[in-house]
Amino acid sequence: MHILSGYDTPERLLCAGEQKSCATIKICDNKTKIEKNNMKQLLLGDEAIALGAINAGLSGVYAYPGTPSTEITEFIQSNKVARERGIHSRWCTNEKTAMEAALGMSYAGKRALVCMKHVGMNVCADAFVNSAITGVNGGLIVLAADDPSMHSSQNEQDSRFYGKFALIPVFEPSNQQEAYDMMASAFDMSEQLKVPVLLRIVTRLAHSRAAVEVGEPIAEKTLNPSTDQWVLLPGIARKKYVDLLGKQAAFQEASESSPYNKKETASGQKLGIIACGIGYNYVKENMGGGANILKISQYPLPAEAIKKLAGENDAILVVEDGQPVVEEQVAGILGAGYPIKGRLTGDLPRTGELTPDSVAKALGLPTGPVFDNAKNLAGRPPQLCQGCGHRDVYTALNQVLAEYPDYRVFGDIGCYTLGALPPFKSLSSCVDMGASITMAKGAADAGLFPAVAIIGDSTFTHSGMTGLLDAVNDQSNITVVISDNLTTGMTGGQDSAGTNKFEAICLGLGVEPEHVRVVVPLPKNMPEITRILKEEIEYKGVSVIIPRRECIQTAARHARERQKAKEANK
Amino acid sequence: MKKDIILCGVGGQGILSIATIIGEAATKAGLNLKQAEVHGMSQRGGDVQSNLRLSTEPIYSDLIPQGGTDVVISMEPMESLRYLPYLAKTGTIVTSSKPFINIPNYPDEAALQAELDALPSVVKLDIESVAKDAGNARGANMVLLGMAAPFIEIISVEQLREAIAVIFARKGEAIVEANLKAFDMGVEASKK
Repeated sequence: MHILSGYDTPERLLCAGEQKSCATIKICDNKTKIEKNNMKQLLLGDEAIALGAINAGLSGVYAYPGTPSTEITEFIQSNKVARERGIHSRWCTNEKTAMEAALGMSYAGKRALVCMKHVGMNVCADAFVNSAITGVNGGLIVLAADDPSMHSSQNEQDSRFYGKFALIPVFEPSNQQEAYDMMASAFDMSEQLKVPVLLRIVTRLAHSRAAVEVGEPIAEKTLNPSTDQWVLLPGIARKKYVDLLGKQAAFQEASESSPYNKKETASGQKLGIIACGIGYNYVKENMGGGANILKISQYPLPAEAIKKLAGENDAILVVEDGQPVVEEQVAGILGAGYPIKGRLTGDLPRTGELTPDSVAKALGLPTGPVFDNAKNLAGRPPQLCQGCGHRDVYTALNQVLAEYPDYRVFGDIGCYTLGALPPFKSLSSCVDMGASITMAKGAADAGLFPAVAIIGDSTFTHSGMTGLLDAVNDQSNITVVISDNLTTGMTGGQDSAGTNKFEAICLGLGVEPEHVRVVVPLPKNMPEITRILKEEIEYKGVSVIIPRRECIQTAARHARERQKAKEANK
Repeated sequence: MKKDIILCGVGGQGILSIATIIGEAATKAGLNLKQAEVHGMSQRGGDVQSNLRLSTEPIYSDLIPQGGTDVVISMEPMESLRYLPYLAKTGTIVTSSKPFINIPNYPDEAALQAELDALPSVVKLDIESVAKDAGNARGANMVLLGMAAPFIEIISVEQLREAIAVIFARKGEAIVEANLKAFDMGVEASKK
């Protein structure tokens, strides 16, 4: 079954001349044609994805900010065409609401994009995995931005596992141009095969700039709601799951013939290199004279191409940025005994992002002379800005808690996680979005006192509210600090979903009105803040303290904007 | 021809605007370019760097290999030393001489300056004072770019001047002039 042939080149129409019927898969109806106008733009990987999506007829992006994915949605928010078309781009409360809203837009027949950092995949996993079972109507791309080396993250999980888990195709661009081109390809594939497509990038591509040849925007899809049944009752889900399994051969075939998966050969070499995503760049950087390379940017893995590469060489080196997803699968494809090198064998480091140096070493290349590390050098970790309200919150918390020998402060995810570092050293934990409240609750259930949670405003609406309801229903003895700076600060100051609603949310969830306290975190208010903290810690039940003062970064930005508006009105 | 540059400093010092100007000039000159930036957590007063690669040939890796950097351009002297293993043996460090101390364990300043001075090719200057003298206290990064300009080679000093004019154009002629003046003073300083 040779069904799909080609997802990037404008000239190559899908299925041309080789159309075959397939009971459940409609394919050849409307391949997106992209007319490139030879205009080059200097774009971040994230921006290339955003522009690629807009130009491929996107109708809505749904996302929660998270490094390194944030700039995709920000680009769409400020893009002229997107504004004129009214493309949805407002931030969502969390990745799950984003995923579900995008699935709804797809149901209605339009093209939707969901963006998140890798750990956001955990948050939306329920909706994500099941969207493969329901299938899609309008094209649906799920973009996961992984963070090998954990530049701004708590782990380096590899989203390609999620693609395999959900049994859907995965695209992994190697550069900014491919990132742009793949958006149209992935939307087409999604619509033709009726599945969501996962697009996986890494920090180094997301935040690296290069010239990208871009085209003109095509029209959006019109409203055309699905007439298929998306009700995943067991009886229907079983049938749909079989349908999904039935599409696997087509996914596989698409990978085998994908122009994104290409082979390069060099004479006289007996090492086959499987280079995935940006791993390809590091191989090319080092092997200027050519090599036997199978570049992989589309999954499921092209097993036939891999077997062929193995047959032509004596050993395989797998170069992939992230976890050894491919290395493990290649072992399965080639069977026991075939020499495979990679992260599992120690030829490449088991952790951290790839570098041109680590790949050179794995290729057995000599290294040139380098300077030793400097002697007069100290680490310079990030820190809370001078004048930031979170600083005053930690100063107050530390002062009050010093009186309690057994206290613990359970932290959460945002700028205020930096309160774990000197000079504050206030936090005992930071695990995932919202875990501060629920971990404090569990610890309080076990008898720990005082159990304090500190969580930011955006993180609270992302995943803290449900935990607070649990605590209220259990009358847990916890003190929750919602440090409200009126923005999503760590990712650069995006709108926060709950602004102006926090007291109402807490009261609505059942926190007693006299135990919802608002303070202004400023040094001059320290006596009042510490008094209130002490009172609420002593209260045997759920109390919420909301220190509220705008992030100094967004405050400065807003002041500049006001000044500008004032000048414009003169 | 290719030039690999590391731009570095402390979050908030404005290294990305230097990168933007070089990027503009390189694009106009028809060069290939890759520029890996740091976003997110590190921008909060931590060390930041950007790998900037310019070439007449295709560029693959977004990252510069160890021992491959032609010019390290640094807004801060200790930060300029952080990337020493990435500096080519024939490479140059162009740096501000004035420490930015926001950590308790900042190294001994005399030892730090001595280590810099012992390297084969270093250009350093108190760029903030120069910028202040030029009446453009916020233009220290333009002084630094001026100092580095003669070492970038693949783009001319004049091409960089043009890029400054383009990038700052929407802020008005006075701002353009102030930044060009700061840049020129940097160029002069590196000749000494």
